[in-house]
Amino acid sequence: MRGCRVNIAKKCFAEIPVIQQLEFEILTNAFVTLVGPSGAGKSTLLNILSGLDSEFTGSLEWADGGPGRIGYVFQDPRLMPWLTVRENIELVMTDADEDKPWVDHLLRKVELSDRAEAYPGQLSGGMQRRVALARAMAIKPDILLLDEPFTSLDEPTAAGLREMVLNLWRDHSSAVLLVTHNLREALELADQILFLSKGPARIVHREALLPSRIDPVVKRDADELGRELMKRHPDILSGIAAFSNPNPGKL
Amino acid sequence: MLQGSTWGRWLFLGVFLCIWQVAALLLQSDQLPGPLEVLQSLWFHLIEGDLLQSIIVTLRRVLLAFTLAMVVGVIVGFLMGRFPLIDTILDGVLIMGLNIPALVIIILCYVWFGLVEAAAVAAVAINKMPLVAVTVREGVRAIDHQLLQVGDVFQVSLIRRLIHIYMPQLYPYLMTAARSGLSLIWKIVLVVELLGRSDGVGFQLSTFFQFFDITSILAYTLAFVLVIYSIESMLMRPLENHLTRWRS
Repeated sequence: MRGCRVNIAKKCFAEIPVIQQLEFEILTNAFVTLVGPSGAGKSTLLNILSGLDSEFTGSLEWADGGPGRIGYVFQDPRLMPWLTVRENIELVMTDADEDKPWVDHLLRKVELSDRAEAYPGQLSGGMQRRVALARAMAIKPDILLLDEPFTSLDEPTAAGLREMVLNLWRDHSSAVLLVTHNLREALELADQILFLSKGPARIVHREALLPSRIDPVVKRDADELGRELMKRHPDILSGIAAFSNPNPGKL
Repeated sequence: MLQGSTWGRWLFLGVFLCIWQVAALLLQSDQLPGPLEVLQSLWFHLIEGDLLQSIIVTLRRVLLAFTLAMVVGVIVGFLMGRFPLIDTILDGVLIMGLNIPALVIIILCYVWFGLVEAAAVAAVAINKMPLVAVTVREGVRAIDHQLLQVGDVFQVSLIRRLIHIYMPQLYPYLMTAARSGLSLIWKIVLVVELLGRSDGVGFQLSTFFQFFDITSILAYTLAFVLVIYSIESMLMRPLENHLTRWRS
């Protein structure tokens, strides 16, 4: 629901600038994707947006005075090992007792209904990521921050989860900010893609897209757009594994 | 696995008793009574003597000293792990506390506060506190801040954060502190009783010592060992299993 004007003049770690003069706007109900090489400060940016990191020069101007409820899928799952899958999801909810059906629904969506009582240590890495995603969705966030949430998942599962994110984005009019290495994923989901340079991160290219959304017809367009972008900006996109895919018809 | 280790424990106990009995028979000495004699003596003290009374008195002291040491030790350890300034200030005291001989603390407590119950309990607790503080400090330093950030971002309430995110990370350290602390307290309580109390297991042992009544000493020891095993198997181990059930 919330829009935000992001203006980060400078963010340093040990006096080395990681982000410099990064300015962009997340419109209310926008789906923004950040694409950039590793070490471009993308996770740092998400930490700043989530309020975890406030040591930067610049400002965040939230449309409604604050970010509201934040759902954050960290790069690592960050589940509590001593809580079951269900308890991990319920931990962040304020009304977990009344809203059992919602948790059940989420568990079904991430295909973990039968593992609800398992502990994270008993799950594979991909399963843990799915729990982390369900946890972020559980609070019906106003803004959803996703730090490469679909990596190391098999493609059908990843596709299902993308759809789930899209549904949430539509149903709860959340703003979504997705960090990814996967240009194809970015093209499929976002209505705005920001390409970041190598650190210190700046925006080197903006691409506004028509909402395409997992539509097989548009997907082909996405492929073409991707190739075109590769041609235009070989320097930025060289590090991004997407269209070097030998099997361009499939994800 | 569990059954195997239980079986091994009983086997060890059997072999130990056999060796003991054989050695006692061979030596035929008052200084090494056999296990049967000790059991008879245990029965005698249980029925006729004040074994039960002594153990209850001692257990009460153990419990008091244990609680006191845990509460103070956890608070101090938490503060030291959390705030570097407090750590710097108290570190010297802590190292001193860890290394001063138990006997010195006991004597000083008796001299300064008199031969009273409070001094006895305090002496035991002071001996144990630094150990608890050091362990808890380690635990607080090892807290995973990435997990705490989950609580920050999702605005989890303070109490839920404490119960579900913070404390579970400390449980292994608290268990270690409780375990090692309890064994230390058993040992020190008896010395404290021997030096300045007129009841409890330590006092009884000193009486038997004066009469060279080794059988009674061993009987008391046996009773004590049984109490410790019961606490370990009925309290500590189930608690630990409960707290670490997610590790299986």
